[in-house]
Amino acid sequence: MEAASIPAGPPASQRIRALLGTYGLTIVLLILPVYYAIKDLSSEGDLSRLGENLVAGLSNGAIWALVAIGYTLVYGIVELINFAHGEVFMIGSFISASLIGAFGLTVESSTVPIFFGMLVALIVAMIGSGTLNVLIERVAYRPLRSAPKLAPLITAVGMSFILQNVGLLWKGGNQQGVPDLVNAQHNLFTIFGVTIENSDVLSIGVTVPLLLLMTNFIGRSRLGKAMRATAQDPEAARLMGINVDTTISLTFLLGGMLAGAAGLIYAMYQTTIWYFQGFTGGLIAFTAAVMGGIGNLRGAVLGGVIIGFIQQMSDNRIGSQWTPAIVFAYLVLIMTFKPSGLLGEQTRDAG
Amino acid sequence: MSVAASQAPEPAAPARRRKGGVDMPPVVEKVVIPLVVLLIAILLPLLPFISDNAALMQQMAVAVAYVVMALGLNIVVGFAGLLDLGYVAFFALGAYCVGWFASGYWAYANHTKGVHFLVGGFIATREGIHFNFLLVILIAIIVTSIAGMIIGLPTLRLRGDYIAIVTLAFGEIIGRLAVNLDSVKIGAIAVTAGRQGISPVDRIDLPFLAPFTGLNLRPWYWFAVALVAVVLFVNFRLRDSRMGRAWVALREDEIAAVAMGVPSVKTKLLAYATGAAFGGMAGTFLASLLNTVNADQFQFFFSILVLAMIILGGLGSIWGVVLGAIVLSGINNYIIPDVINEVPSKLGFDFDMTQITFAIYGFLLLMMMILRPQGLLPERRHKMELAEHVETSDETLYTARA
Repeated sequence: MEAASIPAGPPASQRIRALLGTYGLTIVLLILPVYYAIKDLSSEGDLSRLGENLVAGLSNGAIWALVAIGYTLVYGIVELINFAHGEVFMIGSFISASLIGAFGLTVESSTVPIFFGMLVALIVAMIGSGTLNVLIERVAYRPLRSAPKLAPLITAVGMSFILQNVGLLWKGGNQQGVPDLVNAQHNLFTIFGVTIENSDVLSIGVTVPLLLLMTNFIGRSRLGKAMRATAQDPEAARLMGINVDTTISLTFLLGGMLAGAAGLIYAMYQTTIWYFQGFTGGLIAFTAAVMGGIGNLRGAVLGGVIIGFIQQMSDNRIGSQWTPAIVFAYLVLIMTFKPSGLLGEQTRDAG
Repeated sequence: MSVAASQAPEPAAPARRRKGGVDMPPVVEKVVIPLVVLLIAILLPLLPFISDNAALMQQMAVAVAYVVMALGLNIVVGFAGLLDLGYVAFFALGAYCVGWFASGYWAYANHTKGVHFLVGGFIATREGIHFNFLLVILIAIIVTSIAGMIIGLPTLRLRGDYIAIVTLAFGEIIGRLAVNLDSVKIGAIAVTAGRQGISPVDRIDLPFLAPFTGLNLRPWYWFAVALVAVVLFVNFRLRDSRMGRAWVALREDEIAAVAMGVPSVKTKLLAYATGAAFGGMAGTFLASLLNTVNADQFQFFFSILVLAMIILGGLGSIWGVVLGAIVLSGINNYIIPDVINEVPSKLGFDFDMTQITFAIYGFLLLMMMILRPQGLLPERRHKMELAEHVETSDETLYTARA
């Protein structure tokens, strides 16, 4: 047949759309770094400033990655955006800051008490935030499992407001300083003209082991398997004898723990905490989760790093007052070009 | 209903047990609440004859403007089922329409002689751009409808939670722009006055009537009530129109609705545009009444306040939304700051009630959704839907997955 020999492709408009869907997001993401790379090369002759942005973005992004995993885990298992997750992260910051204050740690303390004090603060913040997240699920989401989808989302917003006020009453309405225990701005060493600060090492040093632990837990352990099974099909998982309720609680626990760890790193990294950090931080991390493809752990990490980078670029070059608007604009762009994200499969909601 | 019945062939259906929900006694449901609504509907227009208290007038005028706003959001969330968390964007745009087109803000416009259009009296001699208020409302409606469609566009392919987040992001972007455009200047004047605010702005000046003043608040109140009457009329007509039925169909089941020939893109965009237009109208009125356009007004909190109003009243129920808006603006503007503000400090706590306003609304949203998701004055169809969901609860987990 003659007609069969000529492969009739889809019309041009559809091909352009498909191309945009595949590469559009990547192109949009490359605009900022490429623009500033050219600008730096022409004005200063080297890329060290861009490199510094990259390193700071990486360590900043590690924090968002930890928070974003919480969104992704929960979304993967119950298809719900845990809107209060940003507040869990904020409470994690507050717990660790209070503990550090209670231990009497200051900048002058010697290394050993600082190390152990921070370790204890990390563990307590993780447990506290994890428990809080489980409680949120119990109170706000579990009673509404059979309700229309709008309902748990609205309770999530309500929960987020309640927790924001808890933070407001706890530490007051102004930004609170945290003792700069790790000497965050101290230049540790320099490679290729790029300085690495203590805070970068702290953030990467806490995040990477946690991420490895987490992926191992989900990939190898029995409970992790139960989580994956429930995410795939809760009904079938229940029939196979998996306790779906416990598994969902466990997911919220894990997500909350990571958010608590992120809270501690954030407090050390920024050396200020604020009751409103959870709202903005939560939205930024959510953008990261969507960028990587919600429901996908590796995607959340990748998205977190990319968002951290965008944030650094914008803070450093455009002005920090524009950063939230720029990050949210990226969120809208992702939703327009590729709702399934960089690594995600097509989900039912973001088709 | 019929689908659920055919799946579970139990002829003697037991009395529907609402798990986790609270039904009020039938007397309350059938008699008391409708009576309260009727009372409010009769009393509201007559209020200026009953009391002459300026503070009360101001609060009531604001409350009535909130009703307009809530009715607008109700079209998007209640009718079309698209959760919009960025509704404050339209309040902001409507308010800036007043700030830009009806104030002395652009002092150098037309070589400081000012631009005047259909305005008379004292204002016609002032510098800046001064349009007639009705014209400003028209501009606001056009601007916000277009903005509503722009905000709607990226969400067309999305469903559920994603829409909420994208609209939230848009609302935040607009809020940020309101603050940050203070540093971007057109000529010698910033685009928005940021946190400082554009103030004063023109008072409403209607043809054949004396210009409104800040001293006599009665005309403001009448104007707001007239606005609500118009919006209510439009809302009822829309709800029963072809478009209204298409919105509800999309809310109930998008796939089925599209299969039946409902044009999903057009229908959704129109929902966004209509809802946004009402928000813009209320925004112009509030800006003129409060006599300022300030970036601090346009916070995420406001979106949640309006959302809480329609949830309290009952998603999709027009009278319910009116009730919810009046009750909540009463709580927001009167009860929390004036009545119970001191309660925590009297109990020995170190905070005021106004500090925890957020938590109060959060708690309200939570409790409403868990105990009475259909709202105080439920829409009939929505109530049925919620009851049906409870019946089939054993088969679903958060959502039924196809």
